[in-house]
Amino acid sequence: MLELRNIVKSYENKPLLQGVSFSVSKGETVCLLGASGSGKSTLLRIIAGLEFPESGHVLFNKIDLAQTPPHIRDFGLVFQDYGLFPHLNIFDNIAFGLRMRKVSLVKINSRVTEMLELVNMQGFEKRKVTDLSGGEQQRVALARALAPQPRLLMFDEPLGALDRTLKEDLLHELRSILHKTKIPAIYVTHDQDEAFTIADRILLLHNGEIIRDGTPDEVWKNPDSVYAARMLGLGNVIDGVVISANKAKTEVGILSLNCKHRHAKGEPVSLLLKQSDDGIDEIKLKVEDVLFKRDQFEIKARSGLVIHMKDAPKIGQIIRVRVKVECLA
Amino acid sequence: MDIKKQDNIPNNVNTSLRVYLSTFSRPLLWLAPLIFLVLFFFLPLSKILILAFNTSAFTSKNFQLILSTLSFTFYQAALSTILTFILGIPSAILFSRFNFRGKSLLRALTAVPFMLPTVVVAAAFNSFLGSRGLFSFLFPLSSEFTTSKTFYFLLILTAHIFYNTTIVIRIVGNALSRLDPKLEGAARSLGADTFHVWKNITLPLLRPSLLAAALLVFMFDFTSFGVILLLGGSNFSTLEVEIYLRVLKLPNLPLAALLSIIQLIFTLIFSILYTRTINQVTTQNAPRFSTSRPPKTLRERAFVFTFYLLLITFFLLPLASLPFRSITRFEADRGQRDDVQYGLTTDYYQELFINRRGSLFYVPPVQAAINSISYAGITVLLSLLLGYPAAVALSKPTRLEKFLDPLIMLPLGSSAVMLGLGFILSFGRSLASPWFVPIAHTLVALPFVIRTLQPALASIPERLRQAASTLGASPFRVWQTVDFPILSRATLSAATFAFTVSLGEFGATLLLTRPEYPTIPIAIQRFLSQPGGLNYGQAMAMATLLMLLTTFAILVIEKLRLSDSGEF
Repeated sequence: MLELRNIVKSYENKPLLQGVSFSVSKGETVCLLGASGSGKSTLLRIIAGLEFPESGHVLFNKIDLAQTPPHIRDFGLVFQDYGLFPHLNIFDNIAFGLRMRKVSLVKINSRVTEMLELVNMQGFEKRKVTDLSGGEQQRVALARALAPQPRLLMFDEPLGALDRTLKEDLLHELRSILHKTKIPAIYVTHDQDEAFTIADRILLLHNGEIIRDGTPDEVWKNPDSVYAARMLGLGNVIDGVVISANKAKTEVGILSLNCKHRHAKGEPVSLLLKQSDDGIDEIKLKVEDVLFKRDQFEIKARSGLVIHMKDAPKIGQIIRVRVKVECLA
Repeated sequence: MDIKKQDNIPNNVNTSLRVYLSTFSRPLLWLAPLIFLVLFFFLPLSKILILAFNTSAFTSKNFQLILSTLSFTFYQAALSTILTFILGIPSAILFSRFNFRGKSLLRALTAVPFMLPTVVVAAAFNSFLGSRGLFSFLFPLSSEFTTSKTFYFLLILTAHIFYNTTIVIRIVGNALSRLDPKLEGAARSLGADTFHVWKNITLPLLRPSLLAAALLVFMFDFTSFGVILLLGGSNFSTLEVEIYLRVLKLPNLPLAALLSIIQLIFTLIFSILYTRTINQVTTQNAPRFSTSRPPKTLRERAFVFTFYLLLITFFLLPLASLPFRSITRFEADRGQRDDVQYGLTTDYYQELFINRRGSLFYVPPVQAAINSISYAGITVLLSLLLGYPAAVALSKPTRLEKFLDPLIMLPLGSSAVMLGLGFILSFGRSLASPWFVPIAHTLVALPFVIRTLQPALASIPERLRQAASTLGASPFRVWQTVDFPILSRATLSAATFAFTVSLGEFGATLLLTRPEYPTIPIAIQRFLSQPGGLNYGQAMAMATLLMLLTTFAILVIEKLRLSDSGEF
């Protein structure tokens, strides 16, 4: 349905987006994951028509939207700090999009009630925006975006301003609402937990490019790059040098190299070490610090390696750990 | 000062002395300022009230005059306000939405007129657009036009715009830059086009600030005195001018008193409305992002360029033509029939030091400057002496003192001309004493002085004093190291404010001053009302000096304010 082709955009003369392309199909929730300042929000604003790309195209149902102003695009937008109209009450906020579309008053009334039920806010019609908590405001913002039944929904870090438990509750609610309404959605965040919970597909944005595009499962199993592995917090990334066809030398010893592409001897590689009992390699580590983490202990060792254990070792002790080694491009 | 020091003693030391002081000496803080206000404000006010409701003022002829004056006052104020908005709104958009080179300088330039004395603004406009001004010499207009009522009226309106545009820029511009740009994005993505975004989002959110700016501009235009008197060429009378005329030119004191009361009622209504709306403005949330950026599209660039030029021209030319006219000769001096030397001259400045026979004064004009500065000095002393204890009390007010606060601010709501009238009614015969001018100036300056000192006093956290004393500072050292550095700045700032107010005060001085004790503004007014190039040139020279002096004082205040905010 939505298709982006080679979007290029710079900010204050520095390149921000350098040829971003992807598509979103019917009923799909795509999560755009990237560090802050990576251009995620700008990309959303470009899709919404609030900003223009320097080159590239935004298409919806194969129609180029370059000449379509934002108010005709019919794309809903939900912001991190809600963006509710402070001078309107809850009812008028949700009714805004319907009024702009000249929907009859009777229909507006029933639609607003329906939306408030959907987001679990029945009876809030007459309340003021400023009287609501952050979570409630975000529910209203969602209801407001959903009310005119947009062709696409966009979320710009919608839960970023909320505390942890509220975040999790809303995230699950949001997921079920998106499934119910079947509206395709783009969800922007820098929080990988959020991304893995809500996404049908994850896009990793780095240095103005999409460096990984796949289902949460695929991305988790095979991050494909150092940045992705670090960004997703997948485990320990360590640098090494190829010494033979299936061996690499690293700080923690010689590890097996199991890679799709061939490496020349002496070539530097980045390896992802995943702690696993059925791993082939075993590494020896000197414990530098031990942190208590509820049901296990987090052990910090040399070169920033972090592993988890059931029982706490002593600081300075040498421990052996089995790991699976993955090669990152 | 002693009481202040005792306040600094930490709680555990000398508690009984503290209690004693707070019960018995606190009213002492109020005594002097209160007596001063009762004697010089409330007594005169009551005299005006008594006279106003004297039946002799209630004649049908008077009512006709009041009605026509009132309707003209409203008419010119409304028209000035609308015109000020026509220039002010695009300027507010310019400053809040766009970044361009020289922005802060241009912004400062638009704020200069507001702080200048009315006589300086009037003289500046006269030097630029007046019939003897720069513009008329460069682009000669028909003398029929330059002496017509319409021309004078246009001059007044332009000066009002010149004065008050900065209010619109400040209030509306700030509100605009506080507007969350996300709201516009949200509205557009919900289907609102540019027009509906303005109608449904931007305008309703700006409404309180638009209203507040309109009320304030209207209030200033409504009470405009110097500009109308000096630029209007006695063709126009607003309430304020009519009061002046009925005191000095066509004496009818009951009528003047009645007009004063009417004016006071209107100003009070406007200030109450203004306070209400401005409170709504400030409750809006603060900006998180800068909403201004360089102009991008051709239309934006054209807009920025046009208003940049327009504002520079409009604000700089009058201010620049004033000093220019003070050193150039364009017309013959009085009685000088031939051989006019056109060109640069320092005559007007030299002439200020000469006491000519048949001149307008009994003293050389430079004496006016000396008078002004001594009045200003007395005003500074008086307003600090009275303002300091009042500010100390107000910085931690008791319930009773909270009630006294508006009383102290009341003189702000009454016009200067009315103060003059009140003095004449209350102290009629003793007015020969030159003391009454600085006392009137003190009344005008006192609210400002208190408002400057009070937040500085209140801003000193008790924790700082406690920290200093736990670190071993004696009460005196606490005062010396904590209170004094903060207060000295605020005190200097308040003093400069009082000085500037006194230097530029026109309305009350015009009614109270004796011919042999002119002040600079009075001298400018007398010079301007006389024919001849020499008088005109001297008016320009004096106004230039006053402008420089005031600008210097403004810079001092700004500098002090900036370093204040830098530390806290």
